[in-house]
Amino acid sequence: MAKLYAKLSEDRKIYAPVEASDKKVNYQYNPDFKDVTFDHLQSTLSVKNVVFPKVENLFYFTNSKTESSVTDIDLDKIPEVVLWGAHPCDTAAYDVLRSIFCWDIKDEFFAKRLEKLTVVGLACSTSDAYCFCTSVGISPDAVKGSDILLLKLENGDYKVSIITEKGKAILEQSPDLFESYNNEAEIVATVKQRFDYKQVTEHLKDSFENPFWVNNSLRCVGCGACAYVCPTCACFDIQDEAQGSYGRRYRSWDSCGFGLFTLHTSGHNPREVQSQRWRQRVMHKFSYMPERNESLGCVGCGRCSRACPVDMNIAEQLEVLQSI
Amino acid sequence: MHNLILKAKELLENKIVSVIIGFETGSSGKVRPVFITDSNKADSLIFDERCIQNLAVYLTKKEVKQFGKMGIVATLPIMRSIMVLISEQQLSPENVVVLGISGDGEVLDFADITVMQHYIEKCELGNPAKEQDMLATLNRLNMQEKFEFWQKEFSKCIKCYACRQSCPMCYCTRCAVECNQPQWIPVQSNNLGNMEWHILRAMHLAGRCISCGECGRACPVGIPCHLLTMHLVDQAQSYFGVYAGISDKMSSVLSTYAPNDKESFII
Repeated sequence: MAKLYAKLSEDRKIYAPVEASDKKVNYQYNPDFKDVTFDHLQSTLSVKNVVFPKVENLFYFTNSKTESSVTDIDLDKIPEVVLWGAHPCDTAAYDVLRSIFCWDIKDEFFAKRLEKLTVVGLACSTSDAYCFCTSVGISPDAVKGSDILLLKLENGDYKVSIITEKGKAILEQSPDLFESYNNEAEIVATVKQRFDYKQVTEHLKDSFENPFWVNNSLRCVGCGACAYVCPTCACFDIQDEAQGSYGRRYRSWDSCGFGLFTLHTSGHNPREVQSQRWRQRVMHKFSYMPERNESLGCVGCGRCSRACPVDMNIAEQLEVLQSI
Repeated sequence: MHNLILKAKELLENKIVSVIIGFETGSSGKVRPVFITDSNKADSLIFDERCIQNLAVYLTKKEVKQFGKMGIVATLPIMRSIMVLISEQQLSPENVVVLGISGDGEVLDFADITVMQHYIEKCELGNPAKEQDMLATLNRLNMQEKFEFWQKEFSKCIKCYACRQSCPMCYCTRCAVECNQPQWIPVQSNNLGNMEWHILRAMHLAGRCISCGECGRACPVGIPCHLLTMHLVDQAQSYFGVYAGISDKMSSVLSTYAPNDKESFII
């Protein structure tokens, strides 16, 4: 495994999970192989920033009294990246993001980053009470979004599934690092199905005015933690930042949980209170996206519920919403 | 717990309050805030050592206030937050009934805010012991080391503003970071912007922070940002000799203002 890691990082940046001293796991660029964790339950932040960074420069500009000019970003400079050890929920999230960023107009920043990305997935060998991938059509050993998938075996080896052409290229690059599978038992986490997402989508159609939203979101404090740790939340803000005559336009993560998110210039806010914003979050992922993007907006990673300071547990609410 | 439930039921049944803000059992061993309007549902109220969230944050929220008079299960930090909110005219004392909880978990009967004030005066008001130790360790570092410590911590910040949203004293409906003319703080999360945000937040809480630690607990990436405001608690004490939230008529040490000020200083 160390040899494969070394081979893949020879000509590319490698983005892999590392456990910090506070026990929180997060992905880093080019960590030493000895620091990479294989047994992590879940990283605090998702890996969406590989294709949708928290800040993305869109162009640079200069202004003078007589003229202004714009310099585009050279997309060819976006580096080749190998994402190492991402769980199936996170890899499946790239399809969800694609359904947003390449829905009508292809977002060239996102598309280029995705094109330059190779994903070495890692099936889950552990889960916790916040995991609910099986309720949203994914499983702990799902291959969606991975180019190759590693699956832990009882003897400590990993079974490798080649999923895509990019995955095949990895195999062909270093065939001596792989050996044939000898039917050793697999270690795959069990994640209990908690709700039927199709039923949730169906019931949400008529629940816009349901008192459920107010009753179950009074405790929401309106921070953006859920959206920022989420692998599929894709809202962004666009800002110009200039120093003197030189500046840049960038986009950065935003959240529908913030009061300012929908505030109009007139002062009117169509989502004036937190219950309307919480409803928007759930509706967007489980009703609007299936309708418009033909993709559910949730991969069941459970990060939002782990990160929430006031225990807004989305799976618990979806269980109720499937029969409301 | 039994006394707490009885008291909550009594307040709701006699229509003294319209809602009780307290704690209930949440998911996976967590506790979470609950808003009880029906006395029959008061049995879900709990109180134990996990109930440390500063519930005073809800006293200024529109959807909670619209219930009417609020009862709140309050440990010392919550009581002190209430004092700050009353002092800063964000909460009317007539609109709140405090179900006090003593340090050893007993329900305290406060007839009014003055009785609560007498209780607060008798309590230990400095930073919690654990944070005192952490601050002492940090304060032993030289300026360069301190800067490096905080730069490393702030590099984790994703600008989700959980620290702000979970703080009862961050009640502004429009925060300084949301102003873009001028843009005081960069919207993006970068090293400079993150540091500016945390300094701004800490300075706005100087002399107002009541050492609950909620900001640090709320942070999803584990930045100990509560140490910044707690450091300023020590500073306010050493320079001005006061702790925040000990009476309902306190002026802030850094921005003393009264509605009858002549404001003749405004040019």
